[in-house]
Amino acid sequence: MDTKQNLGIVETRYFTFANPPNELLLESERSLGPITLAYETYGKLNRGKTNAILVAHALSGDAHAAGFHEGEKTPGWWDSMIGPGKAFDTNRYFVISSNVVGGCKGSTGPSSLNPKTGKPYGLNFPVITIADMVKAQRHLVDSLGIEKLLSVAGGSMGGMQVLQWVASYGERLRSAIPIATALKHSPQQIAFDEVVRQSIMGDPAWRQGNYYEFGQPEKGLAVARMIGHITFMSDQSMEEKFSRKLKNGHYSFQFGADFEVEGYLRHRGDNFVRRFDANSYLYITKAMDYFDLSGGRLIPNGHTPQTRFLVISFKSDWLYPSYQSQDIVRELKGKHADATYCELPSTYGHDAFLLEVEEQTTLIRHFLDKTLNGYQVADGYEI
Amino acid sequence: MRSNGNRLDHQIISQIIEPGSRVLDLGCGNGDLLYLLVKEKGARVQGIEANDVAISDCVKKGLSVYHGDLESGLTEYPDQSFDYVILNQSMQEVKRVDWLIQEALRAGNRVIVGFPNFAYLQARIMLFLKGKAPITRSLPYRWDNTPNVRFLSIADFRDFCRGKDLIIQQEYFLGEKRQIHLWPNLFGLNAIFVVSKNRRKSKE
Repeated sequence: MDTKQNLGIVETRYFTFANPPNELLLESERSLGPITLAYETYGKLNRGKTNAILVAHALSGDAHAAGFHEGEKTPGWWDSMIGPGKAFDTNRYFVISSNVVGGCKGSTGPSSLNPKTGKPYGLNFPVITIADMVKAQRHLVDSLGIEKLLSVAGGSMGGMQVLQWVASYGERLRSAIPIATALKHSPQQIAFDEVVRQSIMGDPAWRQGNYYEFGQPEKGLAVARMIGHITFMSDQSMEEKFSRKLKNGHYSFQFGADFEVEGYLRHRGDNFVRRFDANSYLYITKAMDYFDLSGGRLIPNGHTPQTRFLVISFKSDWLYPSYQSQDIVRELKGKHADATYCELPSTYGHDAFLLEVEEQTTLIRHFLDKTLNGYQVADGYEI
Repeated sequence: MRSNGNRLDHQIISQIIEPGSRVLDLGCGNGDLLYLLVKEKGARVQGIEANDVAISDCVKKGLSVYHGDLESGLTEYPDQSFDYVILNQSMQEVKRVDWLIQEALRAGNRVIVGFPNFAYLQARIMLFLKGKAPITRSLPYRWDNTPNVRFLSIADFRDFCRGKDLIIQQEYFLGEKRQIHLWPNLFGLNAIFVVSKNRRKSKE
């Protein structure tokens, strides 16, 4: 096995398309253009262009999935999985990580300038869907000259994009890796998203989305993120991480952050305000709530997909529980798809797709090997 | 776990399977059998397995496998999705045996069942002379730690098939190292049956 290394310094690049009058037609039947997508690539595209893998990020993610940006100490969000010798082995594969349209990390979104007004879009930005995000990614993949992706992979909302790729452009995928995700949001998931949105929109500083001259609705966005972090963990992981530990060893008998868990949530909320646009949070949660590929929409009837699947869920994930991954599996069985499903043991809750590196690596490495090379990968395996 | 490689039961099942068949292995374990069927028969295979470590072993071999229990794993398949459904050394661990075999014969054309023979000579001796629950090479567990919930002999399974109007297409009896032909219910450690539905009758 190759030794694991880091990618070193990487840079974000930008791809702009859908220039007027060729704007992108959205699912809402509104159109949007020009659109810029921030993306990064790692590894080398081979001559036959058969080794490209698209990685899709979750709700608050960005194009910076691996390696380090110049002068920064924190690597990309999935650095443990992408790099030389890692699950997505950049010695073998060409990995593309794309930011989503509607985001605020270099791609066109509500905080971008509307070319028609010269001001940020705000709520004039059209409501986008997961299908729109994927359509934009397809333009990026086209621009790189890649006809067929070896795989598309992602967790949580990244997994929704994976499933949408299957539904929209299945013929362009050799494999798909949806992790800790669902065919549709349950009422519980929509409910959490609605509380998140109300928290932002209830902050007077939100100003109907026109806050860009004044600054973010910090309080509302911070609380929104705190709610998110609760849902990303599990009861057990919170017990292990915080228990009832006190920050100062005693109760203050005031309403400051007595417990470590309070301090953690406040810290996460405050950090988030500095790095994420409140309107983007509204748009992206809405896109997740609208997403629905249930009822046979994942794969059209009468089609046997040529795409291979690796579906992964985590035992303690109560935000995207395993039954939702099993719903995906049920669709795949009905269509005779070549698929693997594994529920990995983990106590991390939904965060597990970012943290359970070892077992995911084993599954993904070998799955990709087989997808690219066929069964001969097993020849070296000791029976 | 039993030793792998040239397992006699795997060799026999591989001989049964026609080249290029669609095969589902219920309780595929670490995937040794499915891998053999891919290599020897070019079979299009899928496994179902309840143990997540075993699933990793399957994926290492390049196999596709679903994490889940045998019963719920089967119902989601459309009718006649497979040429063969294999229940090798897993049927005896299932409570709803009758239902499982009927389901397997709905999802697949033929079912290959492999199970330990409870009427094996050594088992009879243990029960008859020592008065103890049998422990044999094919039934290696003590009563308090066995995963088996069904205990049957070769004669029992034949009766079962007759009672359910299932057609036994082929049968094989396994000793320690080779097949048994004489008095299999006495000398067979394991049995492998290929059964199918009586299609003519079931259409009426």
